[in-house]
Parts: sequence; C-alpha cells; structure tokens
Amino acid sequence: MVARSPLVPLSRWAVLVVFVVLAAFPFAWAAFTMFKDDGDLYTVGHVPFLYNSPPTFSHVKVLFTDTAFLTFVRNSVEIGVIVVAITLAISVPAAYAIARLTGQWGGRIAMTVFVFYLVPPTLLFLPLSRIVADLGLQDTIWSLVLVYPTLTAPFSTWLLVGFFRSIPRDIEEQAMVDGYSRAGALVRTVLPLSVPGLFTVVIFTFAFTMNDFIYAVAFISSSDNMTVSAGVPTELIRGDVFFWQSLMAAAVLVAIPVALAYNFFLDRFVQGLSLGAVKG
Amino acid sequence: MSQPAVRRTVIVDETVGAHHLLDNESVLGPLMLSPLLVYLVALVGVPLVLVFVYAFSDATTGSQDFSFVGLQTFQNTLADPVFRVALRNTVVFTVLAQLIVIVLATILGFVLSADFRGKWLVRFLVLLPWTTPIALSALTWLWMLDSLFSPFNWILGELHLIDVGTPVAWLGQDNLAVASVVGLNAWRTLPLAAVILMAGLTSIPPELNEQAQVDGAGFWKRFFDVTMPLLAPIMMVAILFGIVATFTDMAAVYILTRGGPGTTTQVLGSWSFYTGIQGGSLAQGAAIGIFMFPVLLGVCILMLRRASRVDVV
Repeated sequence: MVARSPLVPLSRWAVLVVFVVLAAFPFAWAAFTMFKDDGDLYTVGHVPFLYNSPPTFSHVKVLFTDTAFLTFVRNSVEIGVIVVAITLAISVPAAYAIARLTGQWGGRIAMTVFVFYLVPPTLLFLPLSRIVADLGLQDTIWSLVLVYPTLTAPFSTWLLVGFFRSIPRDIEEQAMVDGYSRAGALVRTVLPLSVPGLFTVVIFTFAFTMNDFIYAVAFISSSDNMTVSAGVPTELIRGDVFFWQSLMAAAVLVAIPVALAYNFFLDRFVQGLSLGAVKG
Repeated sequence: MSQPAVRRTVIVDETVGAHHLLDNESVLGPLMLSPLLVYLVALVGVPLVLVFVYAFSDATTGSQDFSFVGLQTFQNTLADPVFRVALRNTVVFTVLAQLIVIVLATILGFVLSADFRGKWLVRFLVLLPWTTPIALSALTWLWMLDSLFSPFNWILGELHLIDVGTPVAWLGQDNLAVASVVGLNAWRTLPLAAVILMAGLTSIPPELNEQAQVDGAGFWKRFFDVTMPLLAPIMMVAILFGIVATFTDMAAVYILTRGGPGTTTQVLGSWSFYTGIQGGSLAQGAAIGIFMFPVLLGVCILMLRRASRVDVV
C-alpha cells in the first residue's frame, strides 16, 4: 500500500527531514548551546549558529561538580528502581488473573483498571499531598515511591495482559498436566516466555517515574530529595539567573539515554498497546 | 473471615488438597488481583473522593480542620476571572494542539510505516519530544524562545523581518505565548499518536487497497475511502491519549510561561497548582481541578465504547 502511494522516496525523505527538524531542533539547539562559552553565548549580534569562541566543557563540568544534578539523578534512579519492583509485584499477578483466570468479568476489571489510569495527577495531587503529609512522608523520596505506582501499575497491567494473552494456553496446561499448580505453571512457563514483555514494562515504568513533574514539586521541597524532572527546572534556576549551558546539558544528558531505552522497546510497547486489556 | 485461614493452609500445607485450592480459579483470580485493586482504591479512589470533599469545604494546607461550606467554594471559583481564562485555555489549547496532531501524526505515521534505510535513527529523533521528561523538554523550548538569544530572532533579524535590537518576545506577547504553549503540547503528543497510527496502518490488510486499486480508485480516494475508515478506531485511541495529556497538563505551562504573560496562558492544571499548593487553598485548588472531570469522563466513555467494538480491527 505504501509502496504504491505517490510518496516516491525523494518526497518521503523531504517529509521525514521536516519532521526530524521539527522534533529534534530544540534538543540539537540545547546540545549546541551546552558547549558555548559565556562571552560567546551572551553577546547579542554573535551568529548563534557558530562557535564564535572555542567550545568548552566547563559548563557541563559545573553541572556535575557545583550543582545538585547528581543528587537528582541518584534520587530518580532510586525511586525508579523501587517503583519498578512494586509495579511488577502488583501488576504481574493482576495481569495474569485478568488474562487467564477471571473469565468474563476479567474484561470489566481491565476496564476499571484503565479508568484509574485516566484519573490525572493534576486532579489528585492536592489530596495526595495531604495524605503524604499525614503519613509523615512529605519531603522524602518515599512520598514519590508510594504514589508513583498509581501512575505505572494500571498501564503496566494493561500491557502485561496483552503479552500474557499472546502466550498459548496449551503451554501452561501441559505444565499443569505435568503436575505443576497454576501458580507453578505461571512461574515456570509463562514468566520465562514473557521476559521481553516484562523488560518493556520495566523500561516504561522507569520512564513514567522520570516524567512526573507535579507530584515531585508538590511533595518535595528540599534539593536533597528532588528528582531530575523537578530539580533541574526549579533548583538550577536561581531567581532570574539561568545557567543555560548547564541546564541544556542536563536536558540533553537525560533525554538521550531515555530515548535510547524507549527505542529498543518501542515495538513491543506498541504491540502491547494494541493487544492490551482494551481489546477486552 | 475464613479467608486468611484458607490462605495460610495454602502456603504451609503442600498436600494435594492445597494444590487443588491454588488451582481453583475462583479463589486464585481475585487473590492475584487484590493487591492492585487495593492499591488503586487507596491511592486513586480515596483521593478522588477527597477532591470532591475539599471542593465543598474551606480546607487549607495550613490546618487539618475544615468545615463544609456547600457550594461557596464553587461560587468563588466561578467568579474568579483567572479561573475562566484557565478553563477556556484548557479547552482551546487541547482542541488546537490535537487538531495539529491529527493531521501531522497521520502524515508521520504514513511515512514511518514504510521501510527505509536509517529508519532507526529517524525514529529515535522523531520520538525525542515524547520520550524526554516534559519538564526538561519544556526547558529546551524556554531557551529556544528566549527573548534575547532565540535563534529565530537572529534569523528574522537577518531577513530584516524585525528590527535589530527589538527582538520578538516569544513568551511575552499574548498570542505568541498561546501559540508556544499549543505548539509545545502538539509537539510532545505527536510522536505517540504517530507511532500508534503507524501500528494501525501496518495492520490494514494490503489486499483491501489492492482491490480498490484494481477497481480504479486513485491514491487519495483509497486513502479517504479505505484507509481512513479502517484507521479511525486506532486514531481515536491515539488522539484520546493526546487529549488526556494536554487537557491535564500543568508542567508545560508552569515551566514555559508560568501562566503568563499575566494570566494569558493559565490552564486548569497550573491554576489548580498555584491556588492549591502555592496559595494554600486546598478547597479552591480542588474545585478548579474538578472542572477537568467532565471531559475526562467523556474520554473514559469514548475509550470504553471503542473497546467494546474493537474486535473488528
């Protein structure tokens, strides 16, 4: 179908170039800026597309040595790892139950889980900040560890239902004939076959926790406990003073590894999205 | 009350009977579902109820006590001119951004569904706006649209479209600031929509288009009569994700414009944050957030409807 469209290769490339520029220009610009010398960057009249002075690593170094950036990264990684563990612990059994055990009402449960996914953080952050404070967790990374699974678990369950359904029932049934219990069959046959799906869930759960902004700025006030998303735009901007090269370095250094991780798992993610629980 | 006892038997007793119980799907199913459901009820369901409780009260962040004031908070909210701007903006920004996304995502999904050399790199670059945490990508926009050092100002200056020395304040003029926020939201929701559409396009059996071509249908006729109708359900999913992201956004506005200039680009999410967290009025913040609810409910219903007839795809 596509081969017969009037989009001959040349015009397809023209379209792609336009989209690549649209999508990637802000990042390219950030990557170009991060190596600029102050005198070069802040002189009106300098051609902005050139290095008028030799490029310098000093602002990237400042990001690592003189700011809390590495603390933010460590917090984000710690939170991400713990939330991934919690998400898997509650989503895997739930998804398996929906995919295999609950029959007709499994579809309805899947719908309910999906409805939970649609309730946005911008609606829930006020009561949750009160709940977090009542539990004594305000201004700790544990407030985010507690709350992030509400963002990640419904989506992960949804993806996993799709992956589990794509595994033939016969495989577990054979294991059960061989004497394993249902749970034993799940652990010994279904989970090993779902490893790529589980990896997809891990990556996207981690990415979702990185992406949150509102919970992190609502719950966390001290720089020591902030995540990358909340810390970089709030703590690295002091009053009206913007350290643009360091800020852009932070954006680029986070964007690239996250985008690489997404790209490795994108096909499975999309497959899961269309296979998932919504398919009923 | 017999439930815990049953569970204990299962764990300790490795007899045939215990296996039989674990194999009993009507016990095992709910057991495996319960942790997820408990978590969601406690940390989504309960807070959702609390949002409504706050909105009918005079709760503040400073004190644990509050009393119910009926519709007073809603009356205050509706009388607030900033709230009205925020409500209108939320709707307008979402509609504009998603109209752009529908058109561009269809084109992008189309070109990406073909195989070509360097596809991996193209996909990596095109997906960046979606994969990057919004707070960081909004920062790159903030720098790109800087009033003094924006590269666009330099280009416009070189083309003599603006006077040197009077740069365009991209985020300081009402219309440009609105366009910037709409642009940022369209830009960051476009890749996911394109990727979903790409998956939809590759799932359309090529025979349908081949048959239409044999019958003499040209490219555009095939596109609108064959491809588009088959793509419509998956397009719906793609756009609904975008609607939810844009409609409930707070970070894009908070970082790019802080709602400004003045309150021109304030949206429900950001205004609820400014009022509820920085202003300390839980009640008012909750009442503002509640106005997102009708749209989200509509989105839910559309999603569920789609889901119930999806087996056609």
